Amino acid sequence: MKLRSILIGATALVAATSAHAERASDGQLNIIYWQAPSLLNPYLSGGTKELEAASLVIEPLARYNEVGQMVPFLVDEIPTVENGGVSEDLTTITWKISDGITWSDGTPLTAEDAIFTWQYCTHPEGGCAQATNFSDVESMEALDSQTLKITFSVPKPFPYGPFVGAQSPIIQKAQFENCVGTLAVTCSDENFAPIGTGPFVVTDFKANDVATFAANENYRDPNKPAFATVNFKGGGDAASAARSVLETGEFDYAWNLQVEPEILTAMEAAGRGEIISAFGTSVERLMVNFTNPDPALGDERATVAHPHPFLTDTAVTRAMSIAIDREILVIAGYGSAGQETCNVLPAPAAFASPNNEWCKNYDPDEANRILDEAGWEMQSDGVRAKDGVRLSVLYQTSTNSVRQGTQALIKQMWEAIGIETELRNIDASVFFGGDQSSPDTFQKFFADIEMYTNNFDGTDPEAYMGNWTCAEIPSPDNAWLGMNMPRFCSEEYDALAAELSGTAALEERARIAIAMNDMLMNAGAIIPLIHRGGVSARANSLEGVLMNEWDSELWNAADWTRSN
Amino acid sequence: MLNFTIRRLMFAIPTLLVISFIIFAILDLAPGDPTASLPMTVPPEVRAQIRSTLGLDEPFIIRYFLWLKQFMITEPLNLIESSFGITIGEGDRLRLTSWATRSPVVDLIAERMPQTLWVVGMSQIIAVLIAVPIGVISAYKQYSWIDQLGTLFSMIGFSVPTFFTGLLFIVIFSVNLGWFPSIYDTNHVVEDWDSFVFQIKQMIMPTMVLALFTAAQISRYMRASMLDNLNQDYVRTARAKGLKEQTVLLVHVLRNSMIPVVTVIALNIPTIFGGAIITEQIFRVNGIGQLLITGIVGADIPLVQTLTFIFAALIVLFNLIADILYGMLDPRIRYE
Repeated sequence: MKLRSILIGATALVAATSAHAERASDGQLNIIYWQAPSLLNPYLSGGTKELEAASLVIEPLARYNEVGQMVPFLVDEIPTVENGGVSEDLTTITWKISDGITWSDGTPLTAEDAIFTWQYCTHPEGGCAQATNFSDVESMEALDSQTLKITFSVPKPFPYGPFVGAQSPIIQKAQFENCVGTLAVTCSDENFAPIGTGPFVVTDFKANDVATFAANENYRDPNKPAFATVNFKGGGDAASAARSVLETGEFDYAWNLQVEPEILTAMEAAGRGEIISAFGTSVERLMVNFTNPDPALGDERATVAHPHPFLTDTAVTRAMSIAIDREILVIAGYGSAGQETCNVLPAPAAFASPNNEWCKNYDPDEANRILDEAGWEMQSDGVRAKDGVRLSVLYQTSTNSVRQGTQALIKQMWEAIGIETELRNIDASVFFGGDQSSPDTFQKFFADIEMYTNNFDGTDPEAYMGNWTCAEIPSPDNAWLGMNMPRFCSEEYDALAAELSGTAALEERARIAIAMNDMLMNAGAIIPLIHRGGVSARANSLEGVLMNEWDSELWNAADWTRSN
Repeated sequence: MLNFTIRRLMFAIPTLLVISFIIFAILDLAPGDPTASLPMTVPPEVRAQIRSTLGLDEPFIIRYFLWLKQFMITEPLNLIESSFGITIGEGDRLRLTSWATRSPVVDLIAERMPQTLWVVGMSQIIAVLIAVPIGVISAYKQYSWIDQLGTLFSMIGFSVPTFFTGLLFIVIFSVNLGWFPSIYDTNHVVEDWDSFVFQIKQMIMPTMVLALFTAAQISRYMRASMLDNLNQDYVRTARAKGLKEQTVLLVHVLRNSMIPVVTVIALNIPTIFGGAIITEQIFRVNGIGQLLITGIVGADIPLVQTLTFIFAALIVLFNLIADILYGMLDPRIRYE
């Protein structure tokens, strides 16, 4: 008994000294996002800016930390098959909410709130942007007020879709009860100021401009958050956001600084703050069209009925890949926000293939040799051809200064090996938009090569790797929905995708995902360029920032403090 | 005069209806998609669902009439109800909502109007205060060094774009000198002397950037108009009568020269309400201009349609006001 009380005393002492700040003792935290949040309900928006702003207030059961591992937030432990939280047949997961967790209004957080969140997001008339997090959920039930059991309709080897990560936080049932389905739009007040369990509460919200938060009196850790208020300003442009932290010192944290690297370095030299970056799963890649985009084909343009005249030749795509000097692309356009990559699945580390490093050896001589060997002979006009087919590509991407810079560099590199390159850029809202009547969407892909970035939420690549199965090929039959831009189709790949969805062991999942990645690389369906990271800036006086690409960047804002 | 005003007002109704249809049609036909800015991790089926909840599945003409009804009937009724605290009819109508914020468009505009009126309105006042003296002196001392200086000032003001002067001001006054904040604090409340000083400080840069541009324009009109009048017979007569030069210039000439300048200023007023897109964006003033640009970037079509239509209505209205003012200032002009 005595020993125990001594131990308790000791831990209390340690806790007291390690928490170097009391709640609300560090004044105001100033955060700037150059894209302003339009509301604070991530289920109605889906944009990163809304997601991150809301992450100060509403929380999921577990988050991903800065290295992509799950950490419990509102629960004591992550359910797994080993600890019995996930059933042996992989169809149920049972979460146990920690004792004493309350909403900022003082009422307790219960399993009913989580069930309500699921119903809210999956309502057919709600238009919930995060519906994929709840895919295959058959039912949810509250075993008691703190125990939530989720049942899936199929075995889920990775059952951490619902309520894990910034994309699926829990909203309060009492607050949103009358906002389900078509009523969602009548709830401006709720959407602007959700009640949460997180470290801060919303005190004021001006749409597309500024949000103010105050420390949550009922937050579970009595010493946190260290900041009394948060001023979350939005709008403007990335360069001036960087300036406000690095040069004028008006703000403490600036997000997503997509600015030319030399400009950022010059600003950092002012000495007021530092640039921080972190890498998630985003890869800037070239998609190779395996189908013929020739306008003469009419309605069958860019469909599997007509294979591409030369891009299905792996010699051509391999030569195109090694003719690209990725190091130059990083220096010119990305700086600390980019690394060369040869995989479309670059992270988490266990899932990254070691087998494609050849693409990093920039070698135009080798590229020329491969093309010569494959019978593509250089013509008098400097462009290679075989049997009357010229190596001439149309290369499209969205309008963005870094992308146009990359396009110009790659055009030079390709023309040096005899591939004629025509460039095109399309406004992002059209290119990424789903307008059926526009011929310029990235899904219709009426070009030979297209470039953009994609990634996946969380750490499990199953859904992401499923993008390149035969069923995902966009075509007029499925209204051009589907993410298999290269129109890559292989029975072997589909079999691996099916195997992945039935395998639970992490090592096995990694092996299969790597095999799928390698298959795409060897077929030349995708030419990865840059593993892109997030770049933010923090003021020197702001401590505790752990830049995170797997969850919200503000995921640990409760731990942020101000140094003196 | 009254007849003329009523006639013009009646004519404005069909004009505005045609304008509203054209705006709606152009924005609707323009490429762009409200779900385009979502992260790529949101799959196409979910995007299609979001588009359908926004009402994009309905045919064009139905959406047009719905918008017209919401803007012309629902919102005015709602305004009456909330300002007088009464309920008309059912009282629970579907308001015109923005796609991005899922909140009523009119509330968004009302929230932003004060900042725009303060910053852009103040810049117009300062512009007039700068431009009129420059114009008068430039004309009175034509081709002197002060006239040349005025010309240089207006050349610079007119030809250097606001996005350049804005950045230049930030680099000089915020980064190097540290006098003024580079980011407008939209939550700031003026309650005592210190907060008032802060408000002035944060308004100086955006206001001056805009004032420089407008002053350049007005000072040229002022100068030209003064020159026209200075050579008139009535000026010579006034001088011959032995009036003081000050009286001749500031009472007789200035007053007559103001007529065209007043028209220019009146026609500028709709732009005050329209905000200043670039300047507001640079200094992060949460005004109407910034609202419009966020709406355009996010393909928030109801917001853009409503704002553009309000601008159109203001332009029609202030054209009419300018015409009426003209008649009042110049007795020779009559519209009967």
